[in-house]
Amino acid sequence: MKRKARLMQGNEACVEGAIAAGMRFFAGYPITPSTEIAELSSEKLPCVGGKFIQMEDEIASMAAIIGASLTGLKSMTATSGPGFSLKQENLGYAGITEVPCVVVNVQRGGPSTGLPTSPAQGEIMQARWGTHGDHPVIALTPSSVRETFDLTIRAFNLSEKYRIPVILLMDEVIGHMRERVELPDTSELEIIDRKRPAGNKEDYKAYKADEDLIPPMANFGEGYRYHVTGLVHDETGFPSNSSVVADKLVRRLADKIEMHKDDIIQWEEQNTEDADIVIVSIGGVSRAADTAMKMLRSKGLKVGTFRPITVWPFPEKRLEELAEKVNTFVVAEMNLGQMVLEVERIIKNKAKIERVNKVNGEAIYPEEIVTKIEEVL
Amino acid sequence: MDKHEIRLSGSGGQGLILAGIILAEAAIIDGKNAVQTQSYGPEARGGASKAEVIISTEKIDFPKVRECDIFLSLTQKSYDQYSKGLKEGGIMIVDSIVNANNAKNKVYSAPIIDTAAHVIGKAMVTNIVALGALVAISNAVTREALEQAVLSRVPKGTEELNKKALEMGYIMGENAIK
Repeated sequence: MKRKARLMQGNEACVEGAIAAGMRFFAGYPITPSTEIAELSSEKLPCVGGKFIQMEDEIASMAAIIGASLTGLKSMTATSGPGFSLKQENLGYAGITEVPCVVVNVQRGGPSTGLPTSPAQGEIMQARWGTHGDHPVIALTPSSVRETFDLTIRAFNLSEKYRIPVILLMDEVIGHMRERVELPDTSELEIIDRKRPAGNKEDYKAYKADEDLIPPMANFGEGYRYHVTGLVHDETGFPSNSSVVADKLVRRLADKIEMHKDDIIQWEEQNTEDADIVIVSIGGVSRAADTAMKMLRSKGLKVGTFRPITVWPFPEKRLEELAEKVNTFVVAEMNLGQMVLEVERIIKNKAKIERVNKVNGEAIYPEEIVTKIEEVL
Repeated sequence: MDKHEIRLSGSGGQGLILAGIILAEAAIIDGKNAVQTQSYGPEARGGASKAEVIISTEKIDFPKVRECDIFLSLTQKSYDQYSKGLKEGGIMIVDSIVNANNAKNKVYSAPIIDTAAHVIGKAMVTNIVALGALVAISNAVTREALEQAVLSRVPKGTEELNKKALEMGYIMGENAIK
């Protein structure tokens, strides 16, 4: 069957992906530049038997998707900077209670209410450490409309598989951009559902993990009795003050992602085989990096690109390998230097690291990356 | 490579972002690649608004206009703010109310706003008249694709009105290049 090409917006592709992944509940509080995600969810969810709720604020939205997911529905919320700050506490709650859900943040200019309609990438570090306490994070960063569709599905899949909130970290460039896409047929998609308990309902222990460190999850209200709390808890889900229980839980939460990171981590690289210089970027900036690479290649410079698709966990091993032969990494991001800190931590002194940063509410243009590279050569 | 970088500018509320979407959809109907982006302020009406469309037979990496081929402006403010990016030999299309005397490019001036409001009688179709004029002057997309794209985007019951708006735009564009 010939697929139909159509013009689609990034935010629209996110909703299409979410519904294809099985999203049946969305709670949110609209905020530019993520509003279209709430708007389209409200339109499309009732058509597939799902529910949309506009909540009183972002805190409640995050709480609502956790509740809905506990009853067995795949759930999502979407927001931007100020709302992402408000979601942080309950994001931690979803982490410690191991409730699968997807949180979309379409980044705009900050801090505070900042520049509502302009692009930025100021929440790379907030996505990692925004909620308090030691916790693992999965954050995915699409750089095209089609990839937004694919990564929204992947966000649901990873969240279901590993029982963890997954952040889809978009930016205004990708969220608002419309481009030609051909979406795959739903029969071609891999959809993962959470692991369900087997055995007696009476014997169910909600937080007893299998060997893969992931506990099977029962729907709340189906007769499996368990307790859900943000306090440190034992295998039954009831609070505990035991140092042994606390240590075991916090380490297991971290280890369940660490153990599976080869399954989680993704990146894309172009022309790195012979590259002296590699541009590192994510999301909307990667589109400028691609053009910059082509401009510099046409001048005979050996330039490649490296694009983390999971910004968290960061593709550390591959970057380390690249640093063995690449002279200079140019980290381009729409902030004053966040992802570069991770690049510096990984590469140490094995290569030169240069920065291209922009916080004026405009996208980074290819020429700015080209100029920087010509300057430092 | 066949590539057009198009910038549509005016005031918020004139429907230029929708015009950009329609133009990009027409390009896809023509079998090409297209990317549409926009820049606007927080206000729902007023302010300078800009929609950008890139049409290409090849993959489009960077989605924003860098070397503008075709520039449309419906207000003085948006002309002053955005006209500088037009490249040498590029096509400049302005509404008759815009003073473009300082332009280095050849200027095609047409009474787009007045025609929509007073000849057709609906200011709402300003963007469609503008698209007709732009395509008659630049041939950025085919007229068949444009009509199909317009009709699939406009509200039901307004098809004839929009066809008329397109027709008036074409005539205006044809007159401007004479």
